[in-house]
Formats: sequence, structure tokens, C-alpha cells
Amino acid sequence: MAIRNRVAAREGWYLLDAERPRLLGTQCGDCGSYYFPKHDTYCRNPACDGETFDEVELSHRGRIWSYTNAAYPPPPPFVAAEPYEAFAIAAVELERERIVILGQLANGVGVDDVRIGDEVEVTLEPLYVEDDTEFVVWKWKPVTQAGS
Amino acid sequence: MSNPVAILGVGMHPWGKWGRNFVEYGVKAARDALADAGVSWTDIDFVAGASTMRCGYPGYVSGATFAQALGWTGARIASCYAACASGSQALDTARAQILAGLADVALVVGADTTPKGFLAPQKGERPDDPDWLRFRLHGATNPVYFALHARRRLELYGTTDEDIAAVRVKNGQNGLHNPNARYRKAFTLEEVLESPIVSDPLRLYEICATSDGGAAIVVASTEYAKQLEKNPATIEAISTITPTFPSTQLELPDLATDSAASVPAPDMNFKPAIIEAAYQEAGIGPDDLSLAEVYDLSTSMELDWYEALGLCPEGDGHKLLRDGDTEIGGRIPVNASGGLSCFGEAVPAQALAQVCELVWQLRGEADKRQVRDARVGITANVGLFGHGSSVIVKR
Repeated sequence: MAIRNRVAAREGWYLLDAERPRLLGTQCGDCGSYYFPKHDTYCRNPACDGETFDEVELSHRGRIWSYTNAAYPPPPPFVAAEPYEAFAIAAVELERERIVILGQLANGVGVDDVRIGDEVEVTLEPLYVEDDTEFVVWKWKPVTQAGS
Repeated sequence: MSNPVAILGVGMHPWGKWGRNFVEYGVKAARDALADAGVSWTDIDFVAGASTMRCGYPGYVSGATFAQALGWTGARIASCYAACASGSQALDTARAQILAGLADVALVVGADTTPKGFLAPQKGERPDDPDWLRFRLHGATNPVYFALHARRRLELYGTTDEDIAAVRVKNGQNGLHNPNARYRKAFTLEEVLESPIVSDPLRLYEICATSDGGAAIVVASTEYAKQLEKNPATIEAISTITPTFPSTQLELPDLATDSAASVPAPDMNFKPAIIEAAYQEAGIGPDDLSLAEVYDLSTSMELDWYEALGLCPEGDGHKLLRDGDTEIGGRIPVNASGGLSCFGEAVPAQALAQVCELVWQLRGEADKRQVRDARVGITANVGLFGHGSSVIVKR
């Protein structure tokens, strides 16, 4: 079936912009702690009473904190492709935000293609298709030497 | 300062994939623990159940479930859920009742019946639950999280695939002699290394399975124990601390860590902090230990605990293993029971099973897996949503 709609698997978590994909987080107006996914009620820093938060675009590049893969199909609610293809997954540290964020590695990137400390950037890729709608999620794509 | 309570009796239902009602395992373990203690069920003042999320309502209200199954006596109850630390929290709740003078003798029970395969989140669309989201968005199973930490160990500390596989070989050897273990099979290094990758670098035989099982402990005030003329093992510490903000190690089931942008990361990560709190409460240190039972959800995680326990510097865990220090007969045997490698995890029972093993070891009743002159033992455990625990037992 032809894809008619392309929507975020989690609305508001990232800019659905192929040219300029960005994760959206929040930052406490009082202490400056960042949050992803967005958190905008009461600051979780035990020394902070902050209740106001700014929505911020998070750094689109970071470095791999660690990585692995899923050699077997994960159970629902994950929607596994059929036939199943193993995918790699990385935890990526953003320097400015001092936060580590989980995500799959971009399609075609395997565990042999990366090392801890490698630079990666946010990209948007399909997570699953339902009827004629493609649900899109953020993934991490290695930054090429050419400086793309 | 240490404030001991006595462990009068312990009991277990063997681990396996029996497929029966979890209550049956718990009651069997409870009856064994009561018989071991020489205490009648009708004398128990307080029952603490370690709950399970997989067995419907009876699993949530485990304290009442086990009390009813043993026969209502009017005893007071509590039901504790703390993921992998549920057993320790139930034990801690019973201990608090005793130390507060509200109960003299208490029964703690945990049991579970688990489905086959990956532990999956509860059903239904629950986009506010990080445990649902991590599966939905990333397909991040528990082994994925274990593997992220294992990969760091391999790349940053120079631990090898052979090193982590050797943990399974050691524990397999220990488990051969444990009648309560589910897997009683010796593995060669080659067999472990030839098993398929589940989440790189972790292989099938390096990741703990899920099991059915039950464990129970009878605890009492030291005064009550004296009346029974017992020379019991005593609980010297139970640490059930939470992490400190900002928690910067990616933990189950989070999609991201805390941000350390405004507050620097704490000096100690969560695992060593759990242990440090237990050492402080008991007034002991790593040199005082005779043995340790640690959570080897993955082979690599066992090495994390060597370092968290202060048995060696950070990053040197594999050296301790290579030197044979953590084998039975070594300087500080770890997982003499066979560990989770040989048991598979029965979540609410597992932290209690660790304590049962310490008690048998400290009494000198561990048969062919006996650690010589065992006097002080420690457990270490970690789970989802900021849970972890450590129990120190002495005799």
C-alpha cells in the first residue's frame, strides 16, 4: 500500500523535518537541567524547586556512550519487521546537555561500524507502517568524515 | 550502627519452568522455612510478600495471597513491589516491624511464574510508561541494556569475550551442586562462546533466563531467637537505597539518563552506592567478606559487582576472575550457588534466594559448594526503576 501519511511515532518529541531533524527536550528555568523526553511540571533536581520549563532543541550531534544490537525480534509493543532483520541500538551522550539518549542506529549501520566515542547525529527513519501511515522515529547516524 | 535481626529459617521451591501457580511455590518455600526455623505458622506475627506483576491480582497482594494459602491467622501483612529488589524490600519491611517492637517473628515469601522468552511490558497502549516506550520506540529489551554496559566494559576496560564467558563457566560449575538450581550443567568456554549473540557482545548462555521459583525466610528478634536457644545467622544490614540525581548510567527502563548539566554527577555510581550503604550499616568492609551472591543478569554484570563490592579497582573485575579469586576455594567466592546463570530469574524470589544461600553457607550446610569458614556474606542486586539492594548476613 502506498504511504500517504508520515507522522511522528511520538508527536512533539522531535521536529519532523527531514532537512533539520531535532530532538525536542525541556530545560528547567531555575537550575538549567535538561530533560528528554520532555518534562515540564516539577524539576527532578532535588535541590531545585523549579516549575517553569523552556522547550529546547537538543544538540543534534553527540558521541556514542555505548552500543549493541537486537539479534532476535523484540516482543510487542515493538513492531518487528517480517522477515526480521537485526538492528543496532546506541546510547548517545550530548555534550552540552550532559545527557545520554537511547535510539536505534540508522538502517544499515551495524555494531561493527561504530565504536564508543564515535560522533553520530539525529536522523528520522520509519519505525513501522500501519495502513497507509508511516510512523517515524529518531535514530542515530554516524557523522561521515566528509563532514556532512 | 548494626541492629541485627535473626534468621531462624530458610526454604526454597526449586527453580524451573514448572508452569504451575506461583502460590504453590511460595507455600512450599514457606513451609520449608518454618520447619527449618522450628516455628509454627500460627506463631508468625507478620507476613511480608514480595509481589509479582505477572500473575494477576494475587501477585500484587502477595502478602495476603500467601497468608491465605497458609491459612488465615489474623497475622498482619505487607506486600512489596520493587522490581528485582522486591524480596529485599519485603525482608526490610519485616525487619523494620521487628526492630520497632511491633512483631517478634515474621515470614517473608516471594514466588513467581514467568512466561517464556523476553520479559515484556504489560499489555495495552501506555505511552506514559517508559517500560512500554522503550519496547515500542527502540525494541530495547532487558538484554539490550545489559549489553550496553557490557560493551563499555569490553571497550574501556580491556575485558575480553573470553573473560565474560568464563563467568558462565565458573557459575555453571558451582550450580552443578545446587539442588534448587534450574540449570545443572557444566559449560566449556567454547560452548559459551559458540552460543548465538542475543545483544552484542552478550550471548545466549551469558544472559539470565526467566524462571519459576519460590523462596522464604523466617526472621525474628534476637530475644525471640534466644528463647528458642538458637545460634542463628543474623541480618546486619539491608541497603535499599535509590540513585542520586543526576543518575548518569543508562538504567532500565529509561530512554535517557538525567542531565548532569546543572549538577555534577555523583562520585559513586548506583551499584557501588548500594553496597557502600550496606557496608556502613553493618560496620564492615570488603576485607571482612567470606562470600558474595551477586546479580549476574549478564555475565558481564557479575564483574560490575566485583568492583562495586570493592574487591578490586574499577575496571579490574576480569583480573580477579582470571586469578581464580572468585571461585569456591578462592579468596572471595562469588555466586557459590551458581548465581542467576544457573537459576534464571524468578523476580520476587531471587533476592530472597540469595539470602537463603548465604544462610546455608554460614551454617556450613552447602554440601559440595561449601565455602570454607564462611562467616560474613553479602548479596547484591539491581533492577528496574531505580531499585537495588544489598543484604549482609553474619554468623
